[in-house]
Amino acid sequence: MDYHFNFHLIWRHFDKLAWGLVLSLELAVIAIAIGVVIGLALALAHVAGGRLVRLAIGAYVEFIRNVPLILLVYLVYYGLPTVVDIVYDAKTSFIATLSVYAGAYLVEVFRAGLLAIPRGLTDAGKAIGLTPFQRLLYVRLPTMLRIVLPSLSNTFISLFKDTSVASVIAVPELAYGAQWINFNTFRIVEVYSVVTPMYLVTGYLILGLLRLLERRFAVR
Amino acid sequence: MFGKILYSLQFLWSGLIVTGEVSGLVVGLALVFGVVLGAGVTYGPWFVAWPIRLFTDVIRGIPILVLIFFVYYGLPAVHVNLASFAAAVLALTLFSTAQVIEIVRGALQSIHHGQMEAGKAIGLTFVQRLAYVVLPQALRRFLPPWINSVVDAVKGSALVSLVGIVDLMQSIQQVAGRTYEALPLYVVGALIYFAINYGLSTLSRWLEARTAYIRD
Repeated sequence: MDYHFNFHLIWRHFDKLAWGLVLSLELAVIAIAIGVVIGLALALAHVAGGRLVRLAIGAYVEFIRNVPLILLVYLVYYGLPTVVDIVYDAKTSFIATLSVYAGAYLVEVFRAGLLAIPRGLTDAGKAIGLTPFQRLLYVRLPTMLRIVLPSLSNTFISLFKDTSVASVIAVPELAYGAQWINFNTFRIVEVYSVVTPMYLVTGYLILGLLRLLERRFAVR
Repeated sequence: MFGKILYSLQFLWSGLIVTGEVSGLVVGLALVFGVVLGAGVTYGPWFVAWPIRLFTDVIRGIPILVLIFFVYYGLPAVHVNLASFAAAVLALTLFSTAQVIEIVRGALQSIHHGQMEAGKAIGLTFVQRLAYVVLPQALRRFLPPWINSVVDAVKGSALVSLVGIVDLMQSIQQVAGRTYEALPLYVVGALIYFAINYGLSTLSRWLEARTAYIRD
């Protein structure tokens, strides 16, 4: 092997990677936040709603989960503006796409959690005279969140990794930073041997943080 | 518009074949490696199990897109020259294998160790115990999540379009770029991916229902 490692060029452009990672995290956090709202709302609607509501939510979930994220990203960024008269930049477009994508996964997680709440708990809430809204707020939602914590961690990590797809529409996150350095300095092996640990460490840090929450709150 | 889409279908068809080839190869290779390494991580001594754990934990922590670029651009730099098709299949196989290892491990661990011991007691060798006692039972737990990983492999295969392979995703991009009918083409593409993967998910649910007679 006569490849000469040269990390100088990577450190010279390291700001691209560091800020890229920050943007990756920003994309993930915003998309997850919106996705959680979508997921919660639709999970509640699915559990409470009639056949038509369930069918519509099911269609959304199945469609999004069975189509590659990269195709959805292209569809929203290149496709939608040809028919809808709205202007948005690549970053906004990607956040919108990842939110809708996250929502589809989170509906399923939350729905499973809501269905796993022991019947006795909601009955007890009814017995002490809580209104349906109070039961939701004080009994069902907290219990559901504790049940779904472990599967939430997995979904969140996946979504963080999925932010790398934003590079295909030139959102300057971490994967894009890697490609930029790759194409401009040709230090291919070096840049990816720096970027890969950045993804790994960040992912495991997120996981560790969520594990702490789990240990504190999860239902055993 | 519809004329253009109908006309474009022949290009999409050849892309679909490539997507099928990539996914098929990845799924097949990952199944073989995943089952062997999954058994290794479950029953092997620590010096077998730990490297496999390290492999799965590392691979599963890297975005597929980064993995594909790393393999595609990185290997030629260290003088391993693969065609882009082979590099893409290799990268996706690494990812899918890591997934299958975890699924196999979960399925094998779900079988009570008394089963293994009973096999030992009647004098079966390790391979016989695996083949006749544990694997047939573990298969039921393995199939549904494995089909989900097949769906992931098909979805992941769309990323090979980024390294110049003309799969379904890339042929959609090419036709969209030529006809300026971006939205309808993306929708058609989405529907094709949906049809494949929804078919697989339905199969998975059917298998799950069929094999649900085993209860803990």
